[in-house]
Amino acid sequence: MNQFKKNKFAIFGLVVLGLFIFLAVFANVISPYNPESIVESETQPPSLKHWFGTDEIGRDILSRVFYGSRISLTVGFVAVVIAIIIGIVFGALSGYFGGFLDTVLMRFVDVMLAFPSIFLILTIQIMLSPNIYNVMIVIGLTSWMGVARLVRGEFLTQKERQYVEAAHAIGASNLRIIFRHILPNAIAPIVVAATLGMAGAILTESALSFLGLGVQPPTPSWGNMLMDAQAYMRDAPWIAIFPGLFILLSVLSLYFVGEGLRQVFNPKE
Amino acid sequence: MLLEVKNLKTHFYQEGLPVKAVDGISFGVGAGEVLGIVGESGSGKSTVGLSLLRLIDLPGKIVEGAINFEGIDLMQLPEKAMRNIRGAKISMIFQNPFTSLNPVFTVGDQIAETLRFHQGLSRRRSRDKTIEMLKMVHIKNPESRINSYPHQFSGGMQQRVMIAMALACNPKLLIADEPTTALDVTVQWEIIKLLRELKDNLDVSIILITHDFSVVAELCDKVAVMHNGKIVEDGNLNQVVQRPKDPYTQKLISTVPRIE
Ligand SMILES: Nc1ncnc2c1ncn2[C@@H]1O[C@H](COP(=O)(O)OP(=O)(O)OP(=O)(O)O)[C@@H](O)[C@H]1O
Ligand SMILES: [Mg+2]
Repeated sequence: MNQFKKNKFAIFGLVVLGLFIFLAVFANVISPYNPESIVESETQPPSLKHWFGTDEIGRDILSRVFYGSRISLTVGFVAVVIAIIIGIVFGALSGYFGGFLDTVLMRFVDVMLAFPSIFLILTIQIMLSPNIYNVMIVIGLTSWMGVARLVRGEFLTQKERQYVEAAHAIGASNLRIIFRHILPNAIAPIVVAATLGMAGAILTESALSFLGLGVQPPTPSWGNMLMDAQAYMRDAPWIAIFPGLFILLSVLSLYFVGEGLRQVFNPKE
Repeated sequence: MLLEVKNLKTHFYQEGLPVKAVDGISFGVGAGEVLGIVGESGSGKSTVGLSLLRLIDLPGKIVEGAINFEGIDLMQLPEKAMRNIRGAKISMIFQNPFTSLNPVFTVGDQIAETLRFHQGLSRRRSRDKTIEMLKMVHIKNPESRINSYPHQFSGGMQQRVMIAMALACNPKLLIADEPTTALDVTVQWEIIKLLRELKDNLDVSIILITHDFSVVAELCDKVAVMHNGKIVEDGNLNQVVQRPKDPYTQKLISTVPRIE
């Protein structure tokens, strides 16, 4: 933990993340305006009344960015949880049992990786209706492969350790050994992967919403706010700057925290 | 006889050729008895221990033999029934207690888990029983030590924890595979003393696997000497130690500095 504290970037990341989570949780309390209602007759630059200005149809950008953080963080978090669960199941079974099962599962991972996932996501989103739940599920279903490989590698080394043999010797079943004995020993790299994965998921959600296939207006998400801002980049850049800044900061913070955790868990590097 | 092993053969297959790690051995262990299995490195001692619990994984296989335990042939049991034997009726401890313990759980959790899934004890009952077990192996302040992690114990204490875990469900047989080899000399004798005390106080038989005749002399009632997967000599402790017939046994005994 001291090592984490020494890492200024990680601390910065943690503070920013904490702030964003606070904004997301209390968006309804701290937002000065309703994010979906038109409060001015036109777009306005940042002012005391509207700190981040108003958008092309006169909605308060500050409030929209706050509510957007709720959407973006939730989507990122749920997508990562889905990816981690699938990745753990695939990786653990593969690494622990090895042999034919390992070959089959890992070939499936290769196939999934061979698809450019953004096309996969776009295709699925076009076929399904693009709503927030589908966004979470689709991102989760297309981003678990890295976790699976990581967990597999971790299980390959862990299963040779003597505590596993000792667990067999007290009568633990394979499933019990996988989930109760080995998995807790593999948590550290999984947490790192989850942190970095959440950054990726937030970016994917933004990209999807930017393309109109993600969170649907009028619900604000950072991505669809950017899409709306496109046409006004020259005359009203603040419409794009603030959601863009929040995407950047959140992704950067997650990377910093992830790297900080990685250093804590692997002090050798 | 609590345990009767007949013609046990366990082979490992490497590039098609079998390594006959255990090559047709037979022996028995009576209730309350301590059998020493002695032999050099590679003679197949650990493989015997693991075979008794049917813990041989590929590329190894038990190719032949019967393991009669309390009148049941373990070789005929389905895997699920075998799991109910491991840790509950037959326990095993290993050479290196530190690597045998799971680094991310407290020792209390590890012992209690065994109790919970074998005996279905509640959280509180398993905690009480864990403390009782730690007391039995002479760990001081067990009430607070249950919350310690394995790395917070010395090697000798870790082996005591392993012994407590192995005996928690009152097994009939304890297989101890080189339980003192990884420890400092003074600590080795403390562990041997503990095993002797447990043997006297509990209704448990012990198979003690070792390469060290002086350990055998301290603890065992009977000895079997292994060489290249076979038992070359067995019998009562005094008989084997004082009048060894087999030249291999004589060699092993002569390498021990001094047996009191
Ligand atoms: N998993 C395995 N794969 C291949 N060969 C094995 C395996 N385990 C044991 N063997 C072989 O079986 C033989 C007996 O090994 P075993 O570990 O039982 O000996 P041991 O008497 O316990 O030796 P030590 O005193 O070194 O622990 C050795 O020749 C060894 O190479
Ligand atoms: Mg051995």
